Amino acid sequence: MLDNLISRRQWLALTPFSAAVLAAQQHAHDVMRHAKPATLSVLSVTEAREIEALASQIIPSGDSPGAREAGVIYFIDRALATFDADKRALYTEGMKRAQAARLELFPNSQSIAALQPAEQIRLLETIEKTEFFDVLRTHTILGFFGNPSYGGNRDLVGWKLIGFEDRFQFEPPFGYYDAETQK
Amino acid sequence: MKQFQPSEEVDFLIIGAGAAGGIMAKELSSAGFSVVVLEQGPYLREKDFEHDEIKYTRLSAMTNNLKRQPQTHRKSAAEPAKVLSDKFLQYGRQVGGGSVHFTANYWRLWESDFQQKSRHGGVPGATLADWPIQYADLEPYYTKAEEELGVSGLAGANPFEAWRSKPYPLPPLPVKSSGVIFERAAKQLGLHPFPAPMAILSQPYRGRGACAHCGFCEYFGCEMRAKSSTLVTVIPIAEKTGRCEIRPDSYTRKIEAGGNGRVTGAIYFDANRREVFQKAKAVILCANGNETPRLLLMSKSSRFPQGLANSNGLVGKNLMVDAGFEAFGLFEHPLNEFKSVQTTRAIHDFYEPDPKRGHYGGGGIDARFDFYPVSFALSGLPKDAPRWGREWKAMVARNFTRTLTLLAHATCLPREENSIALDPDAKDAWGLPATRITFDYHPDDVRNMKFLLERQVEILEAAKAQKIWTDTTDLALLPHNHLLGTCRMGDDPKTSVVDRYHRAHDVPNLFLVDGSSLVTACCQPTCTIQALAYRAADHIAGEARKASI
Repeated sequence: MLDNLISRRQWLALTPFSAAVLAAQQHAHDVMRHAKPATLSVLSVTEAREIEALASQIIPSGDSPGAREAGVIYFIDRALATFDADKRALYTEGMKRAQAARLELFPNSQSIAALQPAEQIRLLETIEKTEFFDVLRTHTILGFFGNPSYGGNRDLVGWKLIGFEDRFQFEPPFGYYDAETQK
Repeated sequence: MKQFQPSEEVDFLIIGAGAAGGIMAKELSSAGFSVVVLEQGPYLREKDFEHDEIKYTRLSAMTNNLKRQPQTHRKSAAEPAKVLSDKFLQYGRQVGGGSVHFTANYWRLWESDFQQKSRHGGVPGATLADWPIQYADLEPYYTKAEEELGVSGLAGANPFEAWRSKPYPLPPLPVKSSGVIFERAAKQLGLHPFPAPMAILSQPYRGRGACAHCGFCEYFGCEMRAKSSTLVTVIPIAEKTGRCEIRPDSYTRKIEAGGNGRVTGAIYFDANRREVFQKAKAVILCANGNETPRLLLMSKSSRFPQGLANSNGLVGKNLMVDAGFEAFGLFEHPLNEFKSVQTTRAIHDFYEPDPKRGHYGGGGIDARFDFYPVSFALSGLPKDAPRWGREWKAMVARNFTRTLTLLAHATCLPREENSIALDPDAKDAWGLPATRITFDYHPDDVRNMKFLLERQVEILEAAKAQKIWTDTTDLALLPHNHLLGTCRMGDDPKTSVVDRYHRAHDVPNLFLVDGSSLVTACCQPTCTIQALAYRAADHIAGEARKASI
């Protein structure tokens, strides 16, 4: 976590009050980042595997980690157990329709998780205009790019992907164009 | 902190501990008066503030939450109002109010803002009016607000700004890449970019540390106390007087009036939803442009059957909001706009309405980045980009650090039909009537937003953005954070709710001091709301000393 530490020079530039606050905040913050609930509370293992198969095509793995490696499914489970509990029925209904669509597209298939990636993408394309897809997309993004304390964004894979750093202090220059003016 | 008994008649009961209420509390308690401030939200401190996008932007941890306080909306009185699933109006709901989570833009009005009707004539379908006061009446209080709270900016850098008696107390914050790109392009077009005035400390000031550029300003509370909210500036001073009690988790449901037409105090729900009556000699409503009119309308009595201060039926009318479209640009190299304050450069070249444009309206434009990782992934890509999958992921990865926004801060015309009222059906979690919003833009507002958007696009073209796109849906700016005009100020009791010193025309010991007082709306209102609060407090303290309340 060396990149999160503040240099001595930066410390000295702060007022004593700010430095103390900063230290406490950064510590609490680093502890929180490591929270990784790895159990499901409302979804069954089968449901979780099927939902994760869809989420993993919304944010696929590949050159960099995707929804699966980020633990998005644990975020979704937690959201459905807490602040989005009122969306559980939408998931149940949405997954029922997704399974029906799967059987129509691929009559001999056993599960969404067992489909080939290209087949999973085709399945998603058939449901992408539905309210359920919108919610699943939103949840997948929240789980991938949100604070890791919610169970997703493991090892900060979402933030690393886009070059975002969650720190308590930066110094100018911040980007390429303001750096140019300082040359 | 001093604590009062509800049965104890305090000099002033202030409802709302936000941008205006915090200042009223500090000024009146410092002047020797006893003050209780009722705040519907909690009392949060710096240690409570987190860098948690989901908590603050999705779960409304510091703002009104529709699950608790629903809103209904209709575009006109001819339509049925629908219960909203996304907020239309948003406001801070903790000690410090919106000044805790605001972006901290701190623009003074121009002299001409106070005389829009005289200068431009009436606009059909709008209730455009002159203010009862002039810029010169407010200037000393603009200066006082900037000095007491701590504002960073560069006097004279904006050639159009009104005269000022003093420079900003702090130099501008360091420019970001969005500011550099915007400044170069605007200058190339002959425009006049200037450092955005911000209520955020660029240097240590009055015991508070300077901004550390973490980037979590808009929607967030500042852990560093560098954002000049009333929570970290005036409210601690009010408490130290020993004459002011800030009472959080206290949700007012009615202001009581006696048979003599004077108010006597307010009934509120405490944290345990028990009703409490706090007695007071005078009541000052600083509850914001939504909650102030709502509370007046809920305070019906036999003496005031239409609600308090509402004999002319204007309470809640003339709602104005933040107007303006967004234009986005993608650039070759990383801007890293997630760092530091949201905006560092602005222009006022199109601020003053100009009849040559063929419509009423004007506004400022700034370069900014309002996105955080989740909101960017949800809606930060160009409109023609995929919405999920491999290609989408690659674009989010590349664009997050390379995108900026030009946002217009435009005039919003007052219309009597645009209003806050009590919904006849929907109730909040306390059983009180929900806010019913009737709102649609005046056609000139839409023309003006489109006119400004063309200017925004021209600037992005001059900046040689790799890709430019816009958002012109009328939902683009939801939720609205500027809640203005609903108890407008004026000399004529037939056409306004409060007088030039914020006293309700109908009730001698009731004052309304917040965004609801504004007669016109342009751009960034917080600076004006706070200057008005300083001015009102000065006057109210003088009147109280003369026993004229």
